[in-house]
Amino acid sequence: MSAGTVLRAATLVVLLAFLLAPEAFGPLFAPLTERGAPPIYVQADMLTLAVNHLALVFAAVFAATIVAVGLAIVVTRPFGTEFLPLSRSIANIGQTFPPIAVLALAVPALGFGAAPTFVALFLYGLLPIFENALTGLTNLQPTVRDAADGMGMTERQRLLRVELPLALPVILAGIRLSTVIALATATIGSTVAASTLGEVIIAGLLTDNIAFILQGGLVVGALAVLIYDAFLWTERRLARRMGRT
Amino acid sequence: MIEIDAVSKTYGDATVVDRVSMTVPSGTIAVIVGTSGSGKTTLMRTINRLVEPTSGSVRIDGEDNRALPAYELRRRIGYAIQGHGLFPHRTVAQNIGTVPSLLGWDAKRMARRVDDLLELFQLDPAAFRERMPHELSGGQQQRIGVARALAAEPNILLMDEPYGALDPIIRAKAQDDLLAIQARFGTTIVLVTHDMEEAIRLGHRIAVMDAGALLQYAAPADIIARPATPFVEELIGAPERPFRLLSLARVGDLAEPGEAPGEPLDAGLSARDALAELLWSGRAAAPVARDGAVVGRVRLDGLARHAARPS
Repeated sequence: MSAGTVLRAATLVVLLAFLLAPEAFGPLFAPLTERGAPPIYVQADMLTLAVNHLALVFAAVFAATIVAVGLAIVVTRPFGTEFLPLSRSIANIGQTFPPIAVLALAVPALGFGAAPTFVALFLYGLLPIFENALTGLTNLQPTVRDAADGMGMTERQRLLRVELPLALPVILAGIRLSTVIALATATIGSTVAASTLGEVIIAGLLTDNIAFILQGGLVVGALAVLIYDAFLWTERRLARRMGRT
Repeated sequence: MIEIDAVSKTYGDATVVDRVSMTVPSGTIAVIVGTSGSGKTTLMRTINRLVEPTSGSVRIDGEDNRALPAYELRRRIGYAIQGHGLFPHRTVAQNIGTVPSLLGWDAKRMARRVDDLLELFQLDPAAFRERMPHELSGGQQQRIGVARALAAEPNILLMDEPYGALDPIIRAKAQDDLLAIQARFGTTIVLVTHDMEEAIRLGHRIAVMDAGALLQYAAPADIIARPATPFVEELIGAPERPFRLLSLARVGDLAEPGEAPGEPLDAGLSARDALAELLWSGRAAAPVARDGAVVGRVRLDGLARHAARPS
């Protein structure tokens, strides 16, 4: 077992332990508090916050994946190429909006809570996935495409049996980037009352409690690292199977 | 039978194929030779409609190839290309089974067909079935590429420079395999190459193309003896002509009665290889053996006579 694997396993164990029994870590965080403030955030269940956080991120990234990959498929078909510049601009606009601005604009329309955060994460997740899906779908080897056509695959069969499977590692890399960005960005959602781990950090900022800020940040960070690694592992396995290194 | 009837293909102002007509009889090999940009690949691709002609038509066994949807037509025509075009994310068995799976064969029939084809190409099914294309050598990838083209037992096989990426030894072996398979199944083959040597070796008939036009379409011996244009002559290579002519004959067919000293030559050897062997071993004649029994002899001057321009 490599050092990296041990480190990841250890991170996972500590993370789970903290989420299940945060009070047990009280002594560890106590030195960071002043004037007898609580070392551990107990206003809400830490595990519930983490689950809500992840659920929000995955829902947004899932939706972004469907839209971005769908868009990339459309603009790489013969009938859709003229929409390529337009769709690129739309995805780019999604990226240039600061998430906090999206939240501010979305709250009047959608109210407080998870919905405006979902919208912000969704818009933010589009571009990396779209760009990667586009790269994956357009970098197909000409001989492979020619073979697929020559074998008698229909457009649809070529897409499903050849183009998407071959583009999958690159698309996954885009999803990985979006997921990590969304994991971090979701903390801001707590400013509009979405139930995420950002709640812990914001509570820490409001009460000047470094222990809260740190535990919220560490949990989000650990989640991001572990999820990032899981994606990378899958991508590498797929790529190796295809003889790419 | 493939009938190409006055086929032209233009892209804008550029004429890539210019009113080409040719017929490939069933069970024969036609090789289209030309330099790059001669339109040879484009012409071949009109047969399975990877290219739709601007004018003219292609008939297969008398039926216009536009009678079926393109994808259905292509499933009936084997297609092998340079650089093999194997699907890198699929195993050898899945690659070979591509067309059968498109045709909806059941798993059992498909597995049997895959194993048969692997054996036909001298690849152990148990060892190769589950391998990925990148785990194979170039020669093996090429063989899988041809096996995939033959999977659904097509009557017609189109090959676009299939051996272009192979080294000379593996290429010679692959060409022999192709001739054996063609003889066994009677497949009609259209093969595109820029290599006249390969064309003479494989083709029952050779089509020479230049700048989109078909210059000559004839048997190899005719092309060598009576090139229609200076370009055809150049493509054959004037200094090579006698040897190309010799390469078409088998030494067994040239054997005359009589005896000669030394190691016998196999009757299946080409007359060109026999000439080389005589020159190299410093002999004026050598015995010819078929299946181990001596059937006659060949002499240097007999081979030389055969290498002369036919009258």
